[in-house]
Amino acid sequence: MSAPASDHGHAEPTSFTFSQENLELAKRIIAKYPQGKQASACMPLLDVAQRQNGGWLPRVAMDAVADLLGMPRIRVYEVATFYTMYNKNPVGRHHIQVCTTTPCWLRGSDDIVHTCKKKLGIEVGETTADGQFTLGEVECSGACVNAPVVQIGDDYYEDVAPEHMERILDALARGETPKPGSQTGRQSSEPVGGPTTLKAFTTAQADATTAQADD
Amino acid sequence: MPKLTIDGIEIEVEPGTSILQACEQLGIEIPRFCYHERLSVPANCRMCLVEMERAPKPVASCAMPCGDGMVVRTNSETVLKARKGVMEFLLINHPLDCPICDQGGECDLQDQAMAYGFDRGRYGENKRAVKDKYMGPVIKTIMTRCIHCTRCIRFINEVAGVPDVGAVYRGEHMEITTFVEKAIGSELSGNLADVCPVGALTHKPYAFTARPWELRKTETIDVLDAVGSNIRVDARGPEVMRVLPRVNDDINEEWLNDKSRYSYDGLKRQRLDRPYIRQNGKLVPASWAEAFTAIAARLKGLSGNRIAAIAGDLVDVEAQFALKELLSRLGSANLDCRQDGARFDTSVRAGYLFNSGIAGIEKADVILLVGTNPRWEGTLVNARIRKRYMAGGVTIASIGEQRDLTYPYSVIGTGPDALQQLVDGSHPFSETLRAAKNPMIIVGMGAFQRADGLAVQAAARLVGEAYGMFRDDWNGFNVLHTAAARVGGIEAGFLPGEGGRDVHGILDGASKGEIDFVYLLGADEIDMAKLGNAFVVYQGHHGDAGAHRADVILPGAAYTEKNAVYVNTEGRPQLARLAVFPPGEAREDWKIVRALSEVLGTTLPFDTHGQLRQRLMAANPIFGAVGETTPASWAPFGAQGPVDAAPFVTPITNFYMTDPISRASVTMANCTEALVGPAQERTGTHG
Repeated sequence: MSAPASDHGHAEPTSFTFSQENLELAKRIIAKYPQGKQASACMPLLDVAQRQNGGWLPRVAMDAVADLLGMPRIRVYEVATFYTMYNKNPVGRHHIQVCTTTPCWLRGSDDIVHTCKKKLGIEVGETTADGQFTLGEVECSGACVNAPVVQIGDDYYEDVAPEHMERILDALARGETPKPGSQTGRQSSEPVGGPTTLKAFTTAQADATTAQADD
Repeated sequence: MPKLTIDGIEIEVEPGTSILQACEQLGIEIPRFCYHERLSVPANCRMCLVEMERAPKPVASCAMPCGDGMVVRTNSETVLKARKGVMEFLLINHPLDCPICDQGGECDLQDQAMAYGFDRGRYGENKRAVKDKYMGPVIKTIMTRCIHCTRCIRFINEVAGVPDVGAVYRGEHMEITTFVEKAIGSELSGNLADVCPVGALTHKPYAFTARPWELRKTETIDVLDAVGSNIRVDARGPEVMRVLPRVNDDINEEWLNDKSRYSYDGLKRQRLDRPYIRQNGKLVPASWAEAFTAIAARLKGLSGNRIAAIAGDLVDVEAQFALKELLSRLGSANLDCRQDGARFDTSVRAGYLFNSGIAGIEKADVILLVGTNPRWEGTLVNARIRKRYMAGGVTIASIGEQRDLTYPYSVIGTGPDALQQLVDGSHPFSETLRAAKNPMIIVGMGAFQRADGLAVQAAARLVGEAYGMFRDDWNGFNVLHTAAARVGGIEAGFLPGEGGRDVHGILDGASKGEIDFVYLLGADEIDMAKLGNAFVVYQGHHGDAGAHRADVILPGAAYTEKNAVYVNTEGRPQLARLAVFPPGEAREDWKIVRALSEVLGTTLPFDTHGQLRQRLMAANPIFGAVGETTPASWAPFGAQGPVDAAPFVTPITNFYMTDPISRASVTMANCTEALVGPAQERTGTHG
């Protein structure tokens, strides 16, 4: 995943400036760190820059962060290339990141990837022609209890089955925002078949879950 | 002081010493790739693992400080197994291309694989391949060979101070690169190939030309700046194949600047390999006898005050001494070794030397640069200042131009008026200087190459006297010269004699017709048009400006082709040694002057190099202390007087082309194109 971003032939923008709003935000972030340790703000600032630039970080944005923090440009470039969550290539409006690490894979993440490929007509790492969707495989998203997990933008979609995935993609294509979280209606990460212990406590919980599932 | 046991030997070390350093003190060799004694310690190669009692695992000895009562073993089964494991991992992705690798024969990985390598690979997967990077005109990259020791990153960040190199991506995909794919903008980039323990970074000009075991190694010194870096010239047959630095902690530590390292290809081009005489406006080849006869004919009956000599930047002490003797026998006092036209008082040694020594920079706590750009005028002096800056607790200020010197400093003035304000204490920087324990002033040629040079020198001395730079235990008055020949020439007395003309007077006299005969001893940086109708003899090794103007050319030897003394800016005489013979009919310079003197009927009283050196030492005892500096005693120097308000301007416009050798070098031309570019077009003097 951290492999050198093979150039997708995208055009690098020639300039990047923080918007007034983001510049204020950046200043607030920098102020969190002691004098002389401004470089600590590198990662949050890269995130701000990435969000401003439609989900990806062109080199000029890294330069802007480096100049703002008084760091050598190569130091920021090192950070940006180290972390996979900084996208060095343009991404679509919806960046779909399917977790394919072992727990998700055991719970059928391959089917999710397959569904996405079929539905969107793209391979992993590609963007649809209309620029709406980018499909990516990621390593552990840290939500294994609700595997398989798909991250779209800032939202986690959990317990995703292929039919859920289709529904989510359709909704996104219509411009809606599908409800994030467990797609089977599970409360946080309780057992799938309902609670199995602490009966007195869980009966009420189970009822609530059932009620929600019925909705 | 911690006391510990290594391999059963007890040793007491300074606090903070690492186990690896303690082992070195005991003469125990610890294999290493990432550890370099002059760089920070990242401990990422894991090759230096040793076993320590009560530690659960082997420890990286380079990063483990010695503690009291430690028991360390460096030769146990566990250690051997650990190192073999590390080596096997390193070799997983390292290509087996030693037969075509330029590092072959002097490769740390190759050597250590002999001790810790397995006789076959157990790795069946595909090896990693990495795209080569562009790192400028002197560094060749074969990045697949990289073992990620990060020495290059640390060198360029810490020593060179040009943070252009970094490691991008991570884990298996980690790559060393420049930002982004650009030439490294450092004058010290050649050292990257030296610190690289494998063949990932190699010298581009040396690529595929020679193997280390077929080279003849000569330990000599560099003369392309006045620092006097210690170098090793590697030659094969009649050809210099490469130049490498030698360790000398007083001067260059173990670094070398790119001009000194890579302009050796200029030694093979544009060479003067036979005498020439100008006939009907054209230079035609001649024999030595014909050339000498032509000179003798022109000198016949000429009175001494119509004869002059100018010495260039690359000339050794012996040649200048011999020519000075010859000129005085011809009755001339018109001679000057300051072809750049610098004006400074030479009557007091302390007034023109780098008195504190280059290593003395590390003791200074306030450094004031005057009219100098040390990054270009003495790259390794600048590296030393940066080293001082990295150690912390130093204030650096400059009077002159604003340049990137690789460390932060404040510009506190542009011209001599700032110096005068410092003298009378009205300048805001005076407070800082007054509070300093070991203040230092470094005056460059930019301050002296002007009509008021003597007054500037006096002003600088007064600043030094006002702020306690001259004490019995400290002399912080430093002059940074730009020419290797300069201090040697001054010490040998190649200066205007009683009533003699300096370089300005000589050129002035020649253009007015008052000087009829000018002897250029390797002098190429003067304005040749001002020589007027004078008869010009050029003795030197390159067909540069001087040779183009000359009426007679006497082919001399370059610094790699003679045994000779050079004195660096600290006043430290050092020996250059013959690595290859001069080409064709070219001869060592003092021999040419000696032979000419015989034709002129006033034979100089030395027949061998030994006799010449004896006379040299008799004339000035400092030449006897080779490799040492002779402390200069203090006395007033310079001439107080009115100064011009004009700002100081650094004399070097293109670091990569400052002398006939580097101007003839293709590598230096490439460097100029890649790194200096527009500046060169502006000056327009570089062929």
